[in-house]
Amino acid sequence: MTTTAHNPAVESHGHEHGHAEHHGPRGILNWLTSTDHKVIGLSYTITSVLMLVIGGALAEVIRGQLANPNGHLVTMAQYNELFTMHGSIMIYLFAGPFAFGALANIIVPIQIGAPDMAFPRLNALSYWLYLSGAITMLLGFFVTGGAANFGWVGYAPLSDAVYAPGAGADLWIGGLLLTGFSAIFTGVNICATVFYLRAPGLTLFRMPIFTWNLLVVSILILLAFPILTAGLVMLYADRHLGTHIYSVAGGGVPVLWQHIFWFWGHPEVYILALPFFGMVTEIIPVFSRKPVFGYKGMVFATLTIAALSLGVWAHHMFTTGVVLLPFFSIMSLLIAVPTGIKLFNWIGSMWRGQIWFSTAMLFAIGFVVTFLIGGLTGIYLASPPLDFFTHDTYFVVAHFHSVVMALVLGGMAGLYYWGPKITGYMLNERIGKVQFWLAFIGTQVFTIPQYIVGLNGMPRRMAVYPNDPEWQTLNTWSSVGAIMIGISTLLFVVNIVASWKKHPAGDNPWDGHTLEWFTTSPPPHHNFFRLPQIRSERPTWDHNHPEAKALAHGKEDH
Amino acid sequence: MRIESKILLWLGIFFGLMCAVYWTWSLENAGGVMMFFAMGLCFLPGLYYFWWSRRMGYRPEDDPNATQETGAGYIDAFPGSSIFPFTLGSGAFFVVLSMVFGSWLLIPGLGLVIWAALGGIAEGRRGGDK
Repeated sequence: MTTTAHNPAVESHGHEHGHAEHHGPRGILNWLTSTDHKVIGLSYTITSVLMLVIGGALAEVIRGQLANPNGHLVTMAQYNELFTMHGSIMIYLFAGPFAFGALANIIVPIQIGAPDMAFPRLNALSYWLYLSGAITMLLGFFVTGGAANFGWVGYAPLSDAVYAPGAGADLWIGGLLLTGFSAIFTGVNICATVFYLRAPGLTLFRMPIFTWNLLVVSILILLAFPILTAGLVMLYADRHLGTHIYSVAGGGVPVLWQHIFWFWGHPEVYILALPFFGMVTEIIPVFSRKPVFGYKGMVFATLTIAALSLGVWAHHMFTTGVVLLPFFSIMSLLIAVPTGIKLFNWIGSMWRGQIWFSTAMLFAIGFVVTFLIGGLTGIYLASPPLDFFTHDTYFVVAHFHSVVMALVLGGMAGLYYWGPKITGYMLNERIGKVQFWLAFIGTQVFTIPQYIVGLNGMPRRMAVYPNDPEWQTLNTWSSVGAIMIGISTLLFVVNIVASWKKHPAGDNPWDGHTLEWFTTSPPPHHNFFRLPQIRSERPTWDHNHPEAKALAHGKEDH
Repeated sequence: MRIESKILLWLGIFFGLMCAVYWTWSLENAGGVMMFFAMGLCFLPGLYYFWWSRRMGYRPEDDPNATQETGAGYIDAFPGSSIFPFTLGSGAFFVVLSMVFGSWLLIPGLGLVIWAALGGIAEGRRGGDK
């Protein structure tokens, strides 16, 4: 059935038109046919968290193998499949879809006062393509020859028909094609939604930072993902149609794959990171009882990161010897500036605030600390002499695991913050805090030994390593950290079960700032019965606290 | 709408400058080509939005002093539910699987895609599944 959306100007208006009354199909047919952004977003959330659990289970096997120098948990061939599929699942099937498909899908339309995404059916198609892509990639485990085994970056010539002959590699390519189109459609949708469906008075510079970041991420998706898709089509043509785009034998250039892959791959890092930056930027001011510090600085930092991110791809390729080292080194170092502005503003938002250390806030602070570690080691890697020394060692592995574990912490912060809005019920804070400390300490126990063992020269992607007592101790500690992270993720599942429909959240449990806290929990079909007047970037807070007048940007809060 | 177009145009200008510096300095073509088209991908919607912003004028969501009443009324018809995204998605799934397991999978794949295309268009024409 079709529902027409009306902008709910005043309370009675919304009720009269009954746009909250929605009589669609029920049960599994509702899940299959729904075009409601909240249902699709929830499907995205559940699927991507499931992918986190699958990818995490592979990681535990990898760390089990590496806990001893001559581990016999898996064979070397299986180990290659494990680290390839661990990376692929985590990047393509968990981090990306979770970042711009899951919470973004649910929260962005509500934050701008829109009834739904601009293209609801395209939104549903995005989810089905994502799910198909995930299934396609995971099918690799069940075919002859096993799953893809050339690393999540699929470098030529390792990924060609000679070195990776099985169906697993083709399923990997096919899965990426499907998830790539899913991402592109989501990008189109979010752009159109933010440009055309904002509530009256919600000017671009009053949008919540989370929505801003998703807008910028959508632009980046549209710039980056088509290149990956094109590269994959060419890879498939090389494997099956007899072209020689990436093979030296026929006059092709293997490094071209690296250029294409990383021209997508480095913006992808920010496509993954910026939504989590946005989540944390929503959470820190709310739990510090202050407006966000440096709103415009945050927006321009986001835009600058996006602009620079297209000029840094070859810092992954310094050791190929055929890239322009100074250009990529300068651009990569420049990205530290807007990222530093963001860190400064997060601390500024907490400064002299009345901080409420809820689980969401703890996870947000854990994100800031862990991301700082990952970001600072990234600055080392932007310097070619240091990169020549550490390239393909565990130092690089530790660097990006600090970054992506920061994103996992940020994602958990988002789930604890918006979970009550989505389900209508609070999550258990006590279990949440135990989960946070296990995840936070586990992350550091997991990565810091890897930094050291990497500086000592341990290469990545090795199933066995020399029987050196120091390396073994460090690797064992890293495995202990991985187990702690695994237990903390299981605690999240325990928490969902334990707090299932126990404590109703109410509309606004955190005294939040933005429009999603103005509507009911969970929001009705088409989201709003009424909207407040919007005079600043935190309309709900203005409405609930008329004694404090709306502040212009840059004015001190006295 | 004016700021939206300016963001895209400034991004495009930045990519254009970066492309010019990179291409002349590096003597490597792949990155230069990709940055050139990134510039184009910013200018295309940026210029479109700029043209559109002049046509549509000032909207309530661009007005910092707008009241909610100014935005009241009909927005658009949103389909409440539709099977065709699922049909199209599973069609694409079979088409991709046909790349791996054999072209016979194109039969269900293309069948579902065509069904979804026809059904989706019909659904859009009558404004949803009534």
